[in-house]
Amino acid sequence: MNIKTARTGGLALLAIIIAMAPIGFTNTYFYDVGVNAMFNAIVCVGLNLLIGYAGQISLGHAGFFALGAYGSAILTSTYGLPPLAAMLLSAAVVGLLAFVVGRPILKLKGHYLAMATLGIGIIINIVLKTESKITGGPDGMSLGNFSVLGFSIVGDRMWYWTAGVLLVLTVWLALNLIDSPVGRALRAVHGSEVGAEVVGVDTSSYKVLVFVVSAVFASIVGSLFAHKNGFITPDIAGFFHSVELVTMVVLGGMASTFGALIGAVILTLLPQVLAAVEQYEAMILGAIMMGTMIFMPKGLLPSIVASVKRLGGGR
Amino acid sequence: MFAAFLQYLFSGLTSGAIYALAGLGFAIIYNSSHVINFAQGEFIMIGGMASATLVGSGVPMPLAIPLAMLISMAAGIALEKFAIEPARNSDVVTIIIITIGASIFMRGAAQLIWDKEFHSLPAFSGESPIAIFGATLMPQSLWVFGVSGVVIVALWWFFNRTMFGKAMLATSHNSLAARLVGIGVKRVLMASFALSALLGAVGGIVVTPITFTNYEAGIMLGLKGFSAAVLGGLGNGGGAIVGGLIVGIAEALASGYLSSAYKDAIAFVIILFVLFFMPNGLFGKRGTDRV
Repeated sequence: MNIKTARTGGLALLAIIIAMAPIGFTNTYFYDVGVNAMFNAIVCVGLNLLIGYAGQISLGHAGFFALGAYGSAILTSTYGLPPLAAMLLSAAVVGLLAFVVGRPILKLKGHYLAMATLGIGIIINIVLKTESKITGGPDGMSLGNFSVLGFSIVGDRMWYWTAGVLLVLTVWLALNLIDSPVGRALRAVHGSEVGAEVVGVDTSSYKVLVFVVSAVFASIVGSLFAHKNGFITPDIAGFFHSVELVTMVVLGGMASTFGALIGAVILTLLPQVLAAVEQYEAMILGAIMMGTMIFMPKGLLPSIVASVKRLGGGR
Repeated sequence: MFAAFLQYLFSGLTSGAIYALAGLGFAIIYNSSHVINFAQGEFIMIGGMASATLVGSGVPMPLAIPLAMLISMAAGIALEKFAIEPARNSDVVTIIIITIGASIFMRGAAQLIWDKEFHSLPAFSGESPIAIFGATLMPQSLWVFGVSGVVIVALWWFFNRTMFGKAMLATSHNSLAARLVGIGVKRVLMASFALSALLGAVGGIVVTPITFTNYEAGIMLGLKGFSAAVLGGLGNGGGAIVGGLIVGIAEALASGYLSSAYKDAIAFVIILFVLFFMPNGLFGKRGTDRV
C-alpha cells in the first residue's frame, strides 16, 4: 500500500466513522461530546504539525484557542460583526500575533521554548481574566449563534455535521501539507536542525510557518467552540487546557495525523467516563498519562501499528 | 514612599526565597537527568499540606515538620523510581507529559487524602510584626529568609565538600564519565529527586503560615520556580536563586505600583523579555549543537 492510497483510505475511513457514529447516539448528549471530540481533534491535528513533525513544543496553544473564542465573542456581541467575519478576523489577528512572537520564540530550544510558550499562554489567560470591561473577566462572556449568510447553525446535531465536515477537511489539508515540500522540510528540521540548514532549508521560516498554521487552527476552533457553547470563560486559556492539547497529541502518537486525532477523541471521552468515579478522576487521568508515556513513548497509534506489524511478521 | 517600597521589598523577598528554593529543585533534577520536573510545585504543596494537617490533628510541630519532609521525599523517590527511571531515554516532550501526569496524580491524591480546604500552620515565633523604617516585617518572613539561607549554604557545602555531592556534580557534567569512575548514576538520580522534594517541602512548610496552602497551591509555585530556573539559566544553581529573587521582587513591586491583578503575569513577562535577548537565561551557558 503506497502513501497515496493509505491517505485516501484513512480519509474515507474517517468520513465513514463520522457518518456512522450517530447510529449509536441515543440522545443529544452524545452529539455534544462528539462535537467536542472533533473540535479537539482539529486543534490537535494542527498542533501535531508543530510538535510531531517540526519537533517544537508549545505549552501555550490554549491561549490562541481562547483568543479566537474571545475575538468572536467581542466582535459579534460588542461590535455587531457577522460571526463568519468575526471568526476570520480573529484568526487573522491570532495568525499575526503568532507570526510576531514566533520569530524570537522559535529560536529557543527544548525547555526554554516550553517556558516561553507556557508564558504566552498564561499571560493571555491573565489578560482575559483582568480586562473585565472588554472580556467580562472571570465571569465570562456570552455570544449568539454562528451563522453564514442567514443560515445559522443551531443545536448539537447540526454542529456535529459541521464539525465532521471541518475535521475531514482539516485532516485532508494536514495530510497534503505533510506530503509536500513543506512537510519534508519540517521533518528535516525535526531530525536535525543544523543538518536541515546545511542542505539549504530555511529552518526558522518553516518553524514560524507551522507555528502560525497551528495557532490559526486553534483560533478558528476557539471561535466555533464559543458559538456552539454560547458562553466562554478565561479558563479555556488556562495552562491545563494547553497541557490537555499537548497530551492529546503525544498520547495518540506524535508525527501521526490519525494518532493525534485518536488522542483527541480518547482524552475528550475519558473525563465523561471517569465522571462516574469523580473522586479519583484526577488520579486516574494522571496515571493514564504517565502509564501511556512510559510504556508507549511513541504514543498509542504508532505503538499499536508497530506491534501489529511485528505480529504479522512483516518487520 | 520609602516605607511602601520597603514593604513591597519584604514581601517580594519572602516569595522570592520560596521561588528560589523551587528553582533550585528544578536545577538539581535538571542537572542529574535533564528532566524538567513539572511536579516540583507538588512537593511544595505536600510539604505545606502534610505539616498543616499533622499539626491540625494534634501532632506537635517539631515532629510534624520532619514527618512532612519525609512524606515529600518519599513522593520524590517514588516519582523517580516508577515514572522517570523507566522512561529515561524518551523525548523531552514525553517526559514533560509524564511529570505533568505525575503532578495531576499527586494533586488528585492530596485532594483525596486531605481535602479541598485551605490549611495553615501557626507562625513559628509569634505574629507580632517588627517595624523597620515605617514598614512592617512579620517574624515568619525572617524564618523564610533564614531557613532559605541555611538551606542554600548547606547545599553549597553538600555539593562542594562531600563525596556524594561531588559525585552528583560529576554526573551532571558527564554521566558516562561519572559511571566510568565508579559513581552509581542511578543512586545519584534518585538522590536528586529526594533532594529536590526536600527543598520543595522546606519551602512549603516555612511559607504556609504566611500564604496558607491547599491541594492546588503547587501549580503556580511550581511554574514560578520553573521561571526562576529558566531565568537564571537551566542547571545553574546560583542562577536559580537570583532568578527566584528577581521574580519575587518584580512581582511584589508590580503588584504594589502597577496592578495587583497582573502580579502573576509579571514573572512570565520578564521571562519572555529575557529569553528574547538571552535564549539561555541570564547565566546559562551557550549550548552547542551536535550534528
